[in-house]
Amino acid sequence: MLETKNLYFRYRDEDLETGEVEYDEILHGINLNIKKGSFTAVLGHNGSGKSTLAKHFNAILLPSGGKVYVKGMDTADERNLFGIRSTAGMVFQNPDNQLVAAIVEDEAAFAPENLGVEPKEIRRRVDECLGIVGMTEFAHSEPSKLSGGQKQRVAIASVLTMEPECIILDEPTAMLDPKGREEVMRTIQKLNREKGMTVVLITHYMDEAASADRVIVIDNGSIVLDDVPKKVFAQVDRLRELGLDTPQVTELAHMLRHDGFDLPGDILSVDEAAEKLMELFGKMRK
Amino acid sequence: MIKAEHVNYIYQPGMAGERQALFDISMEIADGTLNALIGHTGSGKSTLIQHFNALVRPTSGRIFIDGTDVTDKKTDLREVRRRVGLVFQYPEHQLFEETVEKDIAFGPRNLGLTDEEIKERVHAASAAVGLKEKYLSRSPFELSGGQKRRAAIAGVLAMNPEVLILDEPTAGLDPRGRDAILDIIKQLHAQNPRMIIIFVSHSMEDVAKTAEYVYVMNRGRLAIRGTTAEVFAEGGELVKMGLNVPQVTLLVNRLIEAGIPLPRDVYTVKYAVKEIERLLR
Amino acid sequence: MFKDIIIGQYVPGKSVLHRLDPKIKIILTLAYIIMLFMLKSPLAYAAFAAATAALIALSCINLRFFLKGLRPMLFIIVFTAVINLFFTPGEALASAHVFRWTISVTKEGVRMAAVMFYRLVLLVTGTSLLTLTTSPLMLTDGIEKLLSPLTIVRVPAHEIAMMMTIAIRFIPTLAEETDKIQKAQTARGADFSSKNLIKRIKAMIPLLVPLFVSAFRRADELATAMDARCYNGGSRRTRLHESHIGKADILYASVYIAVCISVLALNAV
Repeated sequence: MLETKNLYFRYRDEDLETGEVEYDEILHGINLNIKKGSFTAVLGHNGSGKSTLAKHFNAILLPSGGKVYVKGMDTADERNLFGIRSTAGMVFQNPDNQLVAAIVEDEAAFAPENLGVEPKEIRRRVDECLGIVGMTEFAHSEPSKLSGGQKQRVAIASVLTMEPECIILDEPTAMLDPKGREEVMRTIQKLNREKGMTVVLITHYMDEAASADRVIVIDNGSIVLDDVPKKVFAQVDRLRELGLDTPQVTELAHMLRHDGFDLPGDILSVDEAAEKLMELFGKMRK
Repeated sequence: MIKAEHVNYIYQPGMAGERQALFDISMEIADGTLNALIGHTGSGKSTLIQHFNALVRPTSGRIFIDGTDVTDKKTDLREVRRRVGLVFQYPEHQLFEETVEKDIAFGPRNLGLTDEEIKERVHAASAAVGLKEKYLSRSPFELSGGQKRRAAIAGVLAMNPEVLILDEPTAGLDPRGRDAILDIIKQLHAQNPRMIIIFVSHSMEDVAKTAEYVYVMNRGRLAIRGTTAEVFAEGGELVKMGLNVPQVTLLVNRLIEAGIPLPRDVYTVKYAVKEIERLLR
Repeated sequence: MFKDIIIGQYVPGKSVLHRLDPKIKIILTLAYIIMLFMLKSPLAYAAFAAATAALIALSCINLRFFLKGLRPMLFIIVFTAVINLFFTPGEALASAHVFRWTISVTKEGVRMAAVMFYRLVLLVTGTSLLTLTTSPLMLTDGIEKLLSPLTIVRVPAHEIAMMMTIAIRFIPTLAEETDKIQKAQTARGADFSSKNLIKRIKAMIPLLVPLFVSAFRRADELATAMDARCYNGGSRRTRLHESHIGKADILYASVYIAVCISVLALNAV
């Protein structure tokens, strides 16, 4: 679905006084292949290059070296622009700064209007997509009266109306409160599981990455870890080095293991941790 | 000491948007304490902290800062605002000067201090937030997100407040940036034995790691208060209010229900490990 | 405050006026204003006021919203009336001596004052009828459609409408932000209420700079988000709400024009 081949990206930085030109390299040779229908989380601290990578999938940024393909379309070819953007829809971090229209329903209609879709078909898509994100009852509301989580769901709906096969979310929950985060995460999971949509979630929240089926960790413009969540999170010390958190229960299991107790290193959820600890207490009683 | 007596606040009284935001808040916060204020969005946290430095006046009730009634019309509000420093959410959005130094100096300058004193304050404040000297001559808009936030916090610290209030100081930061800010808070607490620090947070993990006392707001009322251990021992109540409880607290509660005799007030990973190992050995 | 002037106006409803096509409403409002300045005879004035009252009734909007719209204009209306009252030359009705000047109220002055008062009040009421019954979005849509023939002479009709939409969308956001920055700077000892004008203007800098910085950042992010959704200007664009002039619109416009002609006929009497 999404593919990068030896992707490099650098900013040209010219010192106006000395005339010296420096290149600030953000991405160094990224090779990736994201499968149709998968849910991939891309982790990394701020400045690791994760958002820069995301913007390449939508042709907002173009490679300085290497290639990016969206469903086989080369992002460097301008003729593919609308095809790429309507195949891989993009949702951004700040819910306030990505909504254009003064009414929710018009927001959802914005993209298909741009694509010249028939009014009747726009109507159908708007109704369907607002339903998917659970915002139907707010169709006639003003975005400024909504909560952060609701605004972000409208932003998702406004991308869904292009009927993309893939959705890329660049830190969609970074500015939300816990309730908003949960709303957005539930929506994302629903899109992936029920609608079979390919999801790429850029985030620095570990608990969000835990619901993905693949986790890619980026540091300093390169991929440093790429595996299923359990395998990635088990590397507690490595993640801390990379400036990332691990779920508290994973950390707890890690510390107990370190002290010689027999626990699996890849515990991610409270349920799992409780179950394994109970087994441990049970064994001890015997 | 901060003391609130029966504070009620009605937003836009008599208008279409009338809504009571605070109901009968009474509380006392002692000098030298590090406090967290938690609650869901719209619970009244932000409204309450704006009462402490008289940016918002209560509809009824009184608030005292060290005995001075800040709700009294005769009280000098500028003096109140000097004593009670308030760092807003995303404070980097209020930076405006040409250089970081000038921006931090904005508060002290408004106090009418001499250039010498201002300089001293700026340097002390930037040291307190770990902002390197070389950044002082730069434009605030050139700094990274985390550095901008430090500069903005320094701008409030430079007023030499007796009370420091931070509204969601870690919002939008990555784990590294978040830990850096929490460390600054802990250090300020350690180095200023009389300063009251209050921070608002959505992250229970941050609160557990940092605060000594926790105040929980729910629908405009002060629902729970106590030491961090006491408040997290009420895990069930917190969940009912739509708040997240640290994962370890959930885990420990689960184990207690299953009959493992762990203490209820476990809220950090280290403490949990210690208690679990004690039982297992 | 600014927010109330632009978007606090619309009162949602289902009346005949609410459902009319915005293009028709804009054109007829223009006709209304032109009519207002063509009236001469008292009979025509009375008939026109009666027609306006009928429109208000037809809009099913509480009279107090119209009065609210008049309130900010009150000073200008009274001021204009008073100027006309005292400074229209003609046959003096009464005069008074103040220091060395003679101030007199003339017959023509009274007439002019009454006419100006009448015109301004109806002008505000007539335009309120448009803004109270038409949502800002319908309004921008109507303006875009009406301007669209002018694209031939390079009037950027779509861009004008897009700018208006974005402005409407961002006014509440920026109003909230202004409030927040103002509070944050007040907390750092800024004084926005100084009586000294120069100090007050200077105090605006810590408010305006962050506001502009934020507006530019928002504009930049919004532009990217629009690009990502294939925005490409007005060409080839379709609309969710295609407005069509229907039978009701034509009927309403015909009645409206008939009333206008009748009033003009009274004008000649």
